[in-house]
Amino acid sequence: MTDRYDAIVVGAGHNGLVCSALLAKAGKNVLVLEANEQVGGAAVTREFADGYSVSACAHLLYQLQPEVRKELELDPTLSCEDMTTIALAENGKHVRLTGVSAEGVSDEDAASYRRFRKRMTRFANLLRKYLNKSPPRLGTKDMKDLITLGQLGFDIRRLGKDEMQEFLRLIGMNIHDELDERFTSPLLKGAIGLDAVLGTHLGPRSPNTIMTYLYRLAGDQGRVATPEAGMGSVCNELAHAARVAGATIRTHMPVQRIIVENGRVTGVETDDGERFDSYTVISNADPKRTVMDLVGARHVETGFARRIHHLRAKGNAAKLHLALDGLPTIEGLSKKDFAERLVIAPDEHYVERAFNPAKYGESSPDPVIEMIFPSFRDESLAPTGKHVLSAVVQYAPYDLKGGWNDEARDTFYQAVIRTIAKYAPDIEQRITASELLTPADIEREFHITGGHWHHGELTLDQFLFVRPVSGAAQYRMPLDGLYLCGAGTHPGGGVSGAAGRNAARAILRREKAA
Amino acid sequence: MKNQPVHQGRLKTPFYSRLAQLDTVNEWHEWKGYSSANALYCEDMEYFAIRNATAVFDLTPMTKYRITGPDALDYLNRLVTRDMARIRPGRVAYAVWCDDQGQVIDDGTIFHLREGEYRLCSQERHFAWLQAAAIGFDVTITHETEDVAALAVQGPTSFSVLNTMGLEGLEELKPFGLTHCDFQGSELMVSRTGFTADLGYELWIDPDKAEALWDALFEAGKLFGIRAIGTHALELARIEAGFLAAHMEFLPADETVRTGRSRSPLELGLDWLVDFKKPNFNGRRALAEEKRNGSTWRLVKLDIDGNKPAHHSYIFGKEKGNKGEIGFITSAAWSPVCKQNIALGTVRTPHGKPGTSVWVEIYYQREMHWNRKMAKATVVDKPFWFPPRRGATPPGPY
Repeated sequence: MTDRYDAIVVGAGHNGLVCSALLAKAGKNVLVLEANEQVGGAAVTREFADGYSVSACAHLLYQLQPEVRKELELDPTLSCEDMTTIALAENGKHVRLTGVSAEGVSDEDAASYRRFRKRMTRFANLLRKYLNKSPPRLGTKDMKDLITLGQLGFDIRRLGKDEMQEFLRLIGMNIHDELDERFTSPLLKGAIGLDAVLGTHLGPRSPNTIMTYLYRLAGDQGRVATPEAGMGSVCNELAHAARVAGATIRTHMPVQRIIVENGRVTGVETDDGERFDSYTVISNADPKRTVMDLVGARHVETGFARRIHHLRAKGNAAKLHLALDGLPTIEGLSKKDFAERLVIAPDEHYVERAFNPAKYGESSPDPVIEMIFPSFRDESLAPTGKHVLSAVVQYAPYDLKGGWNDEARDTFYQAVIRTIAKYAPDIEQRITASELLTPADIEREFHITGGHWHHGELTLDQFLFVRPVSGAAQYRMPLDGLYLCGAGTHPGGGVSGAAGRNAARAILRREKAA
Repeated sequence: MKNQPVHQGRLKTPFYSRLAQLDTVNEWHEWKGYSSANALYCEDMEYFAIRNATAVFDLTPMTKYRITGPDALDYLNRLVTRDMARIRPGRVAYAVWCDDQGQVIDDGTIFHLREGEYRLCSQERHFAWLQAAAIGFDVTITHETEDVAALAVQGPTSFSVLNTMGLEGLEELKPFGLTHCDFQGSELMVSRTGFTADLGYELWIDPDKAEALWDALFEAGKLFGIRAIGTHALELARIEAGFLAAHMEFLPADETVRTGRSRSPLELGLDWLVDFKKPNFNGRRALAEEKRNGSTWRLVKLDIDGNKPAHHSYIFGKEKGNKGEIGFITSAAWSPVCKQNIALGTVRTPHGKPGTSVWVEIYYQREMHWNRKMAKATVVDKPFWFPPRRGATPPGPY
């Protein structure tokens, strides 16, 4: 006879930890099973070369929700906050974006940017309110759903007639057209375009890239920070909160399957054949992995299985880690600028062109790059005087033609280094070790189908009421006892904790109703 | 998947040459891409062939899928609402399958041809749905409508016809049983199934042998009143049998646009086909909830006063005042063999319990002028036509 838990959480990603901590705080007997040796999922710090550590996937904190911070009494120490985005120019005339201000552009562009950013922030704040709620169901008589829907309608209407029209016009639009209309500075357009498409299989001309931009802003009004000791510290803090609340966390326990008996979930079985019983299993894994691999399509209904099967979740962002024996030289940057966020996206066409090959299963020869030097203000990450470069690089399509073999990986690595070297000519001499994580590596190491950092493309057809798929957007899956709590559910990826918190609340509310 | 030529225009079944020879009225319609005869010479006479002799109906256009593979049984059990584990090789099951909301996509018959090898037959095409249902199963689904020629041989003398033709082993074939025989070196599958609620069989053969089969059948049937029939005669027999037809008693759920226009099996009187003991089948969650909360609609079989068929009629709870409309007729006919004015309809629950009465508003034309009458109708439980000979094993000879 094994113990029966009130809830088992599969995967100790940050959302799984938030969910388990909140459930444990509510008095539940919670077991968390993590496949890797470290908690955190894709939000971990790890040593990639002797003495050099880095946030393995997510490296910037810009979405951790105040609700989550408050309820779990989290207070991550930040090594850098309110980071400025510096759009690098080869000639050293960089553009700097901080809050609503843009430096290094014409006065007209600066004024336009201020207006643009204010409006976007207003829209993003509207969205933010709904990040922390279960998305309402459509066509229901449920009072709570109807109230949320009504609120959403009211909030949009309350923007005022013109702004409402603007919001509705923009939400499905591509960001390229909007940028082209408002700005002249190529660097400015490139940097905003990059923000809109980071982590997605989208280019600036793809539909709904304004929405993805808003999603990014919605987290914390676009404020970006790095946690001290890397992203792992946030998850360690979360794990601590969960343990204090009474949750049991066991690492190195890969769940092999979610057990379904008599049409309902009854527990999980690990790779070693160990079985844990619970009538509530919450998966922090992505929807495809959860339903297709862990549960098995045959245990759910056809329409649902089909929708999950067709979920678009092919990652396109790779992660590059460089161990450097010193800071590289970048023209036009002062030393303290290495504490900021640097982006390589010289114009909006550059970003779209970088995306073009990805449509056909090829990696970008001229990739777009978001990079930081987390060791600049955090000595724990690299030996004294040495540094770590952490970069998100696009586009590296998951289903690369011919697969991600050593040659393909090297080709892409060279392209990235070549691109960085345009701005930092001495970068290559500085490198003492490197690590490139393609979406295929991310899939393997972090167990995310397609290696997609949102666990599923963030597009209007997979957003809000229909995330991950229609009929299953409220964390509870159409299989008794099965819940999702990861980035594949509303609102999506990013270290926000919103999905985990919403899932915990949905589970507790349901229990109350039963 | 093998490449198949794309046909232009309307297809002719392998029996077309024989049907064309017998055809005098030239009334054809399209059935899933094929030409199918409404009638060949006289619907009434064709109908009486079903009830009094032997009627032969070309059902080649019926949609057929072959389902094979190690997971075939598990696959079907997830697909349909009834327990397919009870359907042994050599048996046929009437079954219904639903979408995730428990709404009927279609009904049909599943033939357990051999161990682990099945054929699913239905009126509509469902390849996309069957493929989607196959995600996660080791099964192969083959569309084989064109690869199998099929005839329904129905009526009291049908057994004698087949016996005379020299087919062996049919004496012991029970309703919903199937057997394989040899026909001129080809395999002929005979099932004791049909759409008429009478003694009858369906024959399934390689299209190359179709004409030879037809000829042998008609040769053997000469003295047993054998006749080819069209769909109109069959439709009348279908209503007498109380069988459902897609697009009549229900709309396939995947074709409805408005909510509430589809039907669940519970609303179609198919409770007996829904096995809640199975842990998972498509629509189970929704149907369990419907069972708890009650259904919205109920299918009714009506025995209506008078002799005016209640085509397209509204059904009322009371005779007077037309505010109390509770449903409508979906199929109606004067039944020659039952001498009854019969109909199938759909009414809102709790109306329509067997044994209760409802009122049917019938419009009929007499010398151009329209007349309206409210006819009393009794909800009946049993099929209108269900003769003992349908189930007799061995069937009585003629």
